[in-house]
Amino acid sequence: MEKKDLNEIEKEMKLANEGLPEKERILFSDARPSRVEPLNKYLEQFVNWARARSLWLLAFGTGCGATELRPLMTSRFDVSRFGIAGRPTPRQASVFIIGGYASIKTIKRIVRSYEQMQGPKYVIALGSCTINGGMYYDSYNTINRIDYYIPVDTYIAGCMPRPEALIAGFNRLKEKIQKGECDGMNKYADNFDWYKKNQKQIIKDWNMPDYNW
Amino acid sequence: MKNILKRLNEKIDDLVVVKQRDDLYFIKVKREHTDFILRYLKLDENFKHLDFMQAVDYIENNQFQLTYMLYNYEIKINLGINVMIDREKAEMDSMHRIWPHLWQYQREIHEMYGINFPGSPRVDESFVLEGWEEMPPMRRDFDTLEYSKRTFYPRPGRSTNDPKEYMKEKLYHDFAKSPKIRRDDE
Repeated sequence: MEKKDLNEIEKEMKLANEGLPEKERILFSDARPSRVEPLNKYLEQFVNWARARSLWLLAFGTGCGATELRPLMTSRFDVSRFGIAGRPTPRQASVFIIGGYASIKTIKRIVRSYEQMQGPKYVIALGSCTINGGMYYDSYNTINRIDYYIPVDTYIAGCMPRPEALIAGFNRLKEKIQKGECDGMNKYADNFDWYKKNQKQIIKDWNMPDYNW
Repeated sequence: MKNILKRLNEKIDDLVVVKQRDDLYFIKVKREHTDFILRYLKLDENFKHLDFMQAVDYIENNQFQLTYMLYNYEIKINLGINVMIDREKAEMDSMHRIWPHLWQYQREIHEMYGINFPGSPRVDESFVLEGWEEMPPMRRDFDTLEYSKRTFYPRPGRSTNDPKEYMKEKLYHDFAKSPKIRRDDE
C-alpha cells in the first residue's frame, strides 16, 4: 500500500471551495458532510416514530407542482392533521418537496437549500418531470432526473398529482421513516463526490461554497 | 386607425400594413426607421404603452424578426412593429431610451437569440441561463433534444404515442366519420 503523509490525506479530505474568490474562502468551512449512525435499536425506533409525526415542509416552490401545495395546506385537504406544517427557512424544515420541473437556475438553489437543511432530512419528488423529464424531456433547460443531483426518498408520479396523491406520498414517506429506510442524508454524505460531479457538470458558474454554509 | 395609418404613410414610403383583427394591426418597418417610428407613435399618436418585445427566427430567409407591440389606451388598439434584421450579423439599435423597461426584453433576447443591442444597460448579464456556453438556445438550428440527451442523463424506458392514432384506438372510434365542426372564420 502506498504510504501518504497524514497532512496530505487531511488536505485531500478538505473541500477546495474553488468557486469562491480567494479572500472569501476563509469565511466558509471546508469540511465534508459526514455519516450519522443510527442510535441504539429501541431509541432509534422511538425517534423515528416521532420524526414521522412531525414533518415540516420547506416552503420553496421549485416548479409548477408547487401550486398543489396551496390546497394541501388550506382548509380543504388540511395537511396539518397529519402533523405536517410549512416552515419559511431551510434551517427549520425536514422535508423538501421538489415541485415539478427543475431548471438549471433552480437546481442551483435546490442544492443550496438542501444542503442548508439540518438532518434528518427527506426529499419528496413530485410530478413526472422529476422522474424522467416529463413533457420537458427534450428541453435545453430542464433536468431529467432529480436523483442525480440530490438523493430522493419518495416519488409521486403524475402531471400534476392531485393533493390526494400528495397525501398518499406523505403516508408512504412516513412508513419509510418508521422503518428507518430514509437515509438520504447518509447517502449524500457517502456519494458526495459523485453528486458534486453531477451538479458541477450542469451548474457552470459555481460561485458558492462546495458544502458548508 | 385609418387616419393614423394615413399619417404614417406620409412619413415613410412603402408602408406594409397587415390587419389581423379590428383591434390588432401589424406594420413592417425598416431597421433605420424604427427609432423614428417608435418615437413618433409614442409621442404623437398616443401609443404610450409597450406590451412586449419579441424575436422570431426565420432561418429560411436568414433573418430575425423583432416585434414591438404597442397599445393605445384611447382607441384601444394594439399595433405591432415588425423589423427584419440580418441573421448572420444579428444586431439592433437599443430602444431603451423610449421605453426604459425595454432593457429587460433586450437582455432576454440577447441571451435567447444572440442578438446584440449595443448600449443597452446590463445586456450581458445572464437572465435565465446562468453560465450558458452553447449556441443561444432559441435559435432554430440548436438541437435541444440532442443537448438534453448529452447533458441531463435521460432515464431509459421512455415511450411515446402518436396522440391522434392513440386516441382513435382508445376513445374516439367514430371520430374520423363524425361531421367536421364548422367554425365561424372558415
